[in-house]
Amino acid sequence: MDLDPEDVFKDEEDDPDNEFFQQSESSKEYVVYLVDASPKMFNTTCPGKDQKDEIHFHVSISCIAESLKTQIICRSYDEVAICFFNTREKKNLQDLNGVFVFNVAEREQLDRPTARLIKEFDCIEESFMREIGSQYGIVPGSRENSLYNALWVAQALLRKGSIKTADKRILLFTNEDDPFGSLQGAAKADMTRTTLQRAKDIQDLGISIELLPLIRLDEEFNVSVLYSDLIGLDSEDLAQFIPSAGQKLEDMKDQLRKRMFTKRIIRRITFHIVKGLSIQLNTYALIRPTVPGAITWLDSVTNRPLKIERSLICEDTGSLIQEPPKRFQPYRNENVKFSMDEISEIKRISTGHLRLLGFKPLCCLKDYHNLRPSTFVYPSDQEVVGSSCIFIALHRSMLRLKRFAVAFYGGSSRPQLVALVARDEITTAGGQMEPPGMHMIYLPYSDDIRDAEEIFPDTEDDAPRADKDQIQKAAALIKRIEMKDFSVFQFANPALQRHYAVLQALALEEDDIPETIDETVPDEEGLARPAVVKAIEEFKLSVYGDNYDEENDHLGKEKVGGASRKRKEIAENAAKDYDWADLADNGQLKDLTVAALKTYLNAHDLPVTGKKEALISRILTHMGK
Amino acid sequence: MARNKEKLVLLLDVGPSMHGVLPEVEKVCSMLVEKKLIFNKDDEVGVVVFGTEETNNELMDEVGGYENIVVLQDIKVVDGDLIDILKKLPRGTVDGDFLDAIVVGMDMLIKKYKGIYKGKKRLCLITNAIHPTKDSLEGSKEDQVGTLAVQMTAQGMKMESIVVRGILSQDANKRIMDENDRLLSIFSKKTRSRTVYVDSPISLLGALKTRRVTPVTVFRGHLELSQQMKIKVWVYKKTQEEKFPTLKKYSEKAPSTSKFATHQVMVDYEYKSVDDSSTVVPPEQRIKGYRYGPQVVPISDAERDAVKFKPEKGVKLLGFTDASNIIRHYYMKDVYLFIAEPGNTRAILAVSAIARAMKEMNKVAILRCVWRQGQQNVVVGVLTPNISQNNKIPDSFYFNVLPFIEDVREYQFPSFNSFPASWLPNEQQQMAADEFVQMLNLAPSGKEEALLPEFTPNPVLERFYHHLELKSKQPDAAVPPLDETLKRITEPDLELDFENKSVLDSLCKHFELKENSKLKKSARRLLPEKPSGSNGEDGNGNVSDARAVDSIGQEPVVKIEKIGDLTPVQDFEVMMTRRDNPEWVGKAIREMRDKILSLLTNSHGGDNYLVAVECIIALRKGCILEQEPGPYNNLMRYLYRYCQEKEISTFPKLLASMDVTLISKSEAVDSSNFTDDEARRFLDKIKPEPKD
Repeated sequence: MDLDPEDVFKDEEDDPDNEFFQQSESSKEYVVYLVDASPKMFNTTCPGKDQKDEIHFHVSISCIAESLKTQIICRSYDEVAICFFNTREKKNLQDLNGVFVFNVAEREQLDRPTARLIKEFDCIEESFMREIGSQYGIVPGSRENSLYNALWVAQALLRKGSIKTADKRILLFTNEDDPFGSLQGAAKADMTRTTLQRAKDIQDLGISIELLPLIRLDEEFNVSVLYSDLIGLDSEDLAQFIPSAGQKLEDMKDQLRKRMFTKRIIRRITFHIVKGLSIQLNTYALIRPTVPGAITWLDSVTNRPLKIERSLICEDTGSLIQEPPKRFQPYRNENVKFSMDEISEIKRISTGHLRLLGFKPLCCLKDYHNLRPSTFVYPSDQEVVGSSCIFIALHRSMLRLKRFAVAFYGGSSRPQLVALVARDEITTAGGQMEPPGMHMIYLPYSDDIRDAEEIFPDTEDDAPRADKDQIQKAAALIKRIEMKDFSVFQFANPALQRHYAVLQALALEEDDIPETIDETVPDEEGLARPAVVKAIEEFKLSVYGDNYDEENDHLGKEKVGGASRKRKEIAENAAKDYDWADLADNGQLKDLTVAALKTYLNAHDLPVTGKKEALISRILTHMGK
Repeated sequence: MARNKEKLVLLLDVGPSMHGVLPEVEKVCSMLVEKKLIFNKDDEVGVVVFGTEETNNELMDEVGGYENIVVLQDIKVVDGDLIDILKKLPRGTVDGDFLDAIVVGMDMLIKKYKGIYKGKKRLCLITNAIHPTKDSLEGSKEDQVGTLAVQMTAQGMKMESIVVRGILSQDANKRIMDENDRLLSIFSKKTRSRTVYVDSPISLLGALKTRRVTPVTVFRGHLELSQQMKIKVWVYKKTQEEKFPTLKKYSEKAPSTSKFATHQVMVDYEYKSVDDSSTVVPPEQRIKGYRYGPQVVPISDAERDAVKFKPEKGVKLLGFTDASNIIRHYYMKDVYLFIAEPGNTRAILAVSAIARAMKEMNKVAILRCVWRQGQQNVVVGVLTPNISQNNKIPDSFYFNVLPFIEDVREYQFPSFNSFPASWLPNEQQQMAADEFVQMLNLAPSGKEEALLPEFTPNPVLERFYHHLELKSKQPDAAVPPLDETLKRITEPDLELDFENKSVLDSLCKHFELKENSKLKKSARRLLPEKPSGSNGEDGNGNVSDARAVDSIGQEPVVKIEKIGDLTPVQDFEVMMTRRDNPEWVGKAIREMRDKILSLLTNSHGGDNYLVAVECIIALRKGCILEQEPGPYNNLMRYLYRYCQEKEISTFPKLLASMDVTLISKSEAVDSSNFTDDEARRFLDKIKPEPKD
């Protein structure tokens, strides 16, 4: 069998490359931002941040810019186009008046967002009047219809790709609720009719049109004049539309930078329930630590990517090893060799994928029975018809009887016992919070569990236990510092958010790095509230007593301090055993053992990490040689 | 490092009542030594067996008594011989006295190290403790044990007792067992001892920790409830996966006879430019790049270090919340243990008070942890109380890491209620499932919980060390089969299954599984077994099913409108699954029938017969799926007559050997007139037996 030796040790579940590939393949979003650039967009303002008025055009631009910056990290395979209408200049494939498609070099009109696009778009407002210009496109006496033209251009841009693989959207930013207001009679009716027909054609192609109205304080945006028909709103939705659209605009601006993963089956597994009854399950990774993304090594001179070549060299002869080498384990004074086949054979201890062993009450699943993130399982009737039925029956029984299933999962990387915990579906107005199904929790073996709590029993006395009063004080404290609706969806990963911010700043050559907020720091303000402080003080008094000095009053620290001081003393003495300067001058440092070298480093408070050469060079540097 | 060495004496009961479990004792003890040979080569081990016919120990020579105790191996540094001794423990003939054995073991440790050695000294007792101990000469047994316990503590010894009970020990005198348990519990109370009771061979294998790991703290410092209130804690790992050993790569380049050859392999990485693979880019010229959209942005480590997120070391409380807000499957990693600083009474009290209050109120605490300075990220997790059951051990907390928002992928799954009714279990099915879940109980009250993680050994590692030992003796030894006892971990307990046979059978009866026939061949690797609850017809259909399945072609990507000559079966399948027009099914069946007939009539010396049979099987399957047995049954009757007329015998024989019967009533409920029997008899009829 031709096995890649590294593969046997690899955790097959988390293959980032694979995920990357998957992402590019599956459902994407194509978005055309359609921005009204009429003079009205520049003349009207709405209150923005810091109570300062912001012009509508600026609001739209910054909203799109923020959205792009998020998108490039979250869903960089989505494609976008930015298109203005009611412009002086025109730039579009159809050569229609009043429509300008904004783009940068090395990019198609509808394409993945690039750093350059974001960067140039960020400063578009400076050059907008000069290069693109603003002008009403619909004027009495002219047959031009810039809104119609804009929709047509957007539709043409979205011609790319199939509706099956991509979700296509047009986002329309405007503050004009009645674009044909300046017209009269037949001209108006005619333009309205053709524009609505165009919008309907677009929607029939599976492209959705969303309206993001910019609203002035003193003036209402009347959706029912034209747009309710254009975007296809029911009368019931009408009342809700304006508030929800405002919310949408806000949401676009502060989206979390979070890499999106498309739903993907990790593997299909067979679940043997009893002899003769095996069903099919699909497993999904609902929770996995997200990392900053794969690193590509670059040549710092050319900025070209590097490829990594791995070669195996025999230490004895220096020759290259081509075939995958055997492995060995020193044992009983000899090297016991294993072939890769043997190793995979050793690991193959179970034929089935997942084998049910029995059920236990939920209380048997302890908090420390955990090793890795859980995996979600959901039935599939794709190969075995009837799988879902059995799964649902067991799922319901387990929920009702409060049991979890114990099963053996015979995967090739680490065959182990798992707990299958059934979860019922939880839905809120916002959608599904918890999917229905079972979570596979990987259980430790006896050798994986440690008993550190048992290593320090007091030899004679029983361990101190809190009394009733102390427990009561603690309970009062717990009530005071309570987080009512805590959910794991509360905290963003501060390191990751920081990384994304740094990446954006460097990519866009921004001068300063956008601030990221660490949401995980304690609520100092809340903790400083008098009631909380009082509860804490009372608890402190009850367990620590009156005169407790945290720094000094305890035996342990002294002992540890004593021990470490003693160790250091020994190290210092040991260091005196050698004439270091002499050894260094004669190049004899390499003859000392690593342990001996470390005595010097310890005595001088230097780091003791690294290989022997590193230690020697560190000593030499310290001596100034 | 001397302080890390362990001196261990194994005290093994080999009396007649222990014979049943001695194979497991041998396994677990040799595994212990095998691991020591790799991970703790300098540890020293001695072996004492009791319950033997003979007597051989120093105490007997010196003071008399202590009969039936043999020192198999004096304390010495672990080596291979020790394994050989442990693999062949003698079978004793008398009931041993474990107290005497403890005395002998302690005596060995004391004599050998005379109080000089301050490191770890441990006794490990494996017995069933069902036989009476001898009365002590002075004072009660309790006093005697008390004295031993004091001595044990004074000498800094630990004891671990594994008591084999339940189904593993025979019916024993309850009074004696209770007395022995009481005596052993004195050790637990007064010394650093731990006694575990096991009642299955698996837990016996798992009860003894075979790998000795010195715990290392992850963090020592304050648990900050607020600026004013801090508790000194130490944090350890509670669980940590014991990995499969990383084996070094072996080079066969050097002659195997060479004494000095290390046979090691160096792994070398070279970074080369994509454009020019001849130049190697030196490390200082390399820079890490991160993806930003389609581009890769280079960020040097220095740049990154300068601006990256740098949290301050510390463990801070964010708040308390209801335990129900934290769902179990959000636990992300291996588990940590928070204990109050040892010896710090007030810290222990504070931890104890909070833990107990949390337990009472059913609350958990959310913490933000940075274990060490320079850590790249913060950890947010949940602290749950661990109320100690043992008076000696202080209360503590467990800590589990929780995901950040970025780590949670919000995939949507269809609600079970949205499934078609045929996919949902009916009342009988639900009852069968309820009963099944209830009966297949691994933790029945009054019995030991089966497969308790704490007592379940890792079967892969067990097998690896076993194989290693075998290979050290015989380099080409084959991988041994998985130990019979350990199979209990990977496969259902037959005994439990047998006890609940009726429940299992009812489950099988109530649920029926079918392979989905409209599926690619490559994806088909499920359903190795046929449901045992199915009727005979299914069993007979086995061969033909498999054939038909094999021949099912790709999904209908190409619109096939006609059954061709090359792949008639596939074409047929595709046409049958076409749903754009109901007429396709009829057309497919007709065309297939014609195809079969033409195959037969144009056959020369039976060269087309196999293809024809395949077509028939496919047609049969298709007709069953569509519940239209008519065309198929008619065709078969026609074929029967046809063969009789033409005196063709090989073709019917072929059909019979494939068990191709008529479609019976049980397969096509509404439309077939044949009972199973009749359908089968057709085969007999078709069989070309010379009927005078």
